[in-house]
Amino acid sequence: MGGYGDVKLLNDDGSRLDGRSIDESRPIEIKAGVIPAADGSAWVKHGLNEVVCAVYGPMEAHPRKIQLQDQAVIDVRYNMAPFSTSDRIRPGFNRRSREISKVTAEAFASTVMVERYPRSKIRIEIEILSAEAGTRCAGLTAASVALADAGIPMRGMIVGVASGKVEDTVVLDLDKAEDNYGQADLPMGIMPTTGEIAFMQMDGDLSMEELQQAMDYNFAAAAEMHDIMEAALRARYEGGDE
Amino acid sequence: MKGNQKGAEPRLVIPGEVISDHANLNPGCGIIKSTDGHIATLLGTLNNNDGTLHVQPINATYMPRSGDLVIGYVEAVLSNLWFLDVAGPFNALLPMSLAPWKVEFGDARNHMDVGEAVLARAQEVDESHSVVCTMKGVGLRKISDGRIVSIPVQQIPNLRGENGATIQSIKEASDCRIIVAENGRVWIDGDAAGIRMAVKAIDMITRTGHRSGLESRLAACLAGGEA
Repeated sequence: MGGYGDVKLLNDDGSRLDGRSIDESRPIEIKAGVIPAADGSAWVKHGLNEVVCAVYGPMEAHPRKIQLQDQAVIDVRYNMAPFSTSDRIRPGFNRRSREISKVTAEAFASTVMVERYPRSKIRIEIEILSAEAGTRCAGLTAASVALADAGIPMRGMIVGVASGKVEDTVVLDLDKAEDNYGQADLPMGIMPTTGEIAFMQMDGDLSMEELQQAMDYNFAAAAEMHDIMEAALRARYEGGDE
Repeated sequence: MKGNQKGAEPRLVIPGEVISDHANLNPGCGIIKSTDGHIATLLGTLNNNDGTLHVQPINATYMPRSGDLVIGYVEAVLSNLWFLDVAGPFNALLPMSLAPWKVEFGDARNHMDVGEAVLARAQEVDESHSVVCTMKGVGLRKISDGRIVSIPVQQIPNLRGENGATIQSIKEASDCRIIVAENGRVWIDGDAAGIRMAVKAIDMITRTGHRSGLESRLAACLAGGEA
């Protein structure tokens, strides 16, 4: 969120540099059940972001000190592949991936029925294969589909969406340039079936009106994306052989 | 839907889906009740079982219940008990007092070692899913021959069929002894060709058991055609 004032991010006709309108999301594709060895898995391509997520469990929580006697622990590992960006990323955990893993786990703790599995662990592995802004949202979406695919009971599926502000204009679904040089970013995890927010972060400054506008964009985009997630799960079990 | 929609393609629901057209039914497994109506919490097919609406999950982890017949693999041995992998979240305990042999303290490994398979029954399951198994009972034993295959637990009803008809037809066609354990493991014993036929049929049910027309696909599979 650099907020560099001299970088032009909107065309003269009000459209964005990649041709999208301000309330238009990048194209998204989702597939469920892409990793046979996992209990549940999903692949999400959102713009140039490409994410694979695998879910394992419920299984015995190890080490034992992390076990909770009345509920399951959600263990998320968000990781960006070294080749996912133009600058090579050093493999392994870093401050950013720890933070995203933590907030993602907290988001899912509010929707997964963890009380069903005391002393257990549900492991969610999110691997970013290609990154172009919005990877935490793509990771949330992929993890929701993978959890549903794994048969983990949930109150609803979380959809990861983001809006932001560029050139004093609120826009939906920031791409890389908008994320780097824009003025604000508002990633959210929304459960469209209940209208609840499971996850929300904000970077930069938004007025109350801009915040409301960004949230409206996010809710509308989440409802559309939820339909694509649903179609991916239906295609896996109704259309295919497996 | 069982009963009133026999033969129809079952309705697939996803977590969070509001089921507004069955408000008069009681919520069962995989369903929670809210002010909007029933909400599915699992990915699966919707079933009406005598006035109770529940979701038959398409994918699920085996959660042991007391009395379940299970096939477990010995994962560790202590002086007086075995730890069994029963395909659940936790290993089950098999104490030497519940083994079918007279076992001296420290002699457990000589009766059953790591990697061996057993047919056992879950005797106790507590609220935190700790399981104690027993091998005392008719037919419970160490498995030393045949082949064990795994199927998803939610496909067990499809494998058994109505009144056991499906598994019976596989047994007759393959001329094998087959035991379907509740934890999704299936023991098959017979000649090599029979085992191959049974495994092929079970694999077909694993992949397509949740779709309609299983009977005809199984008949084609057992007759040697493609599933």
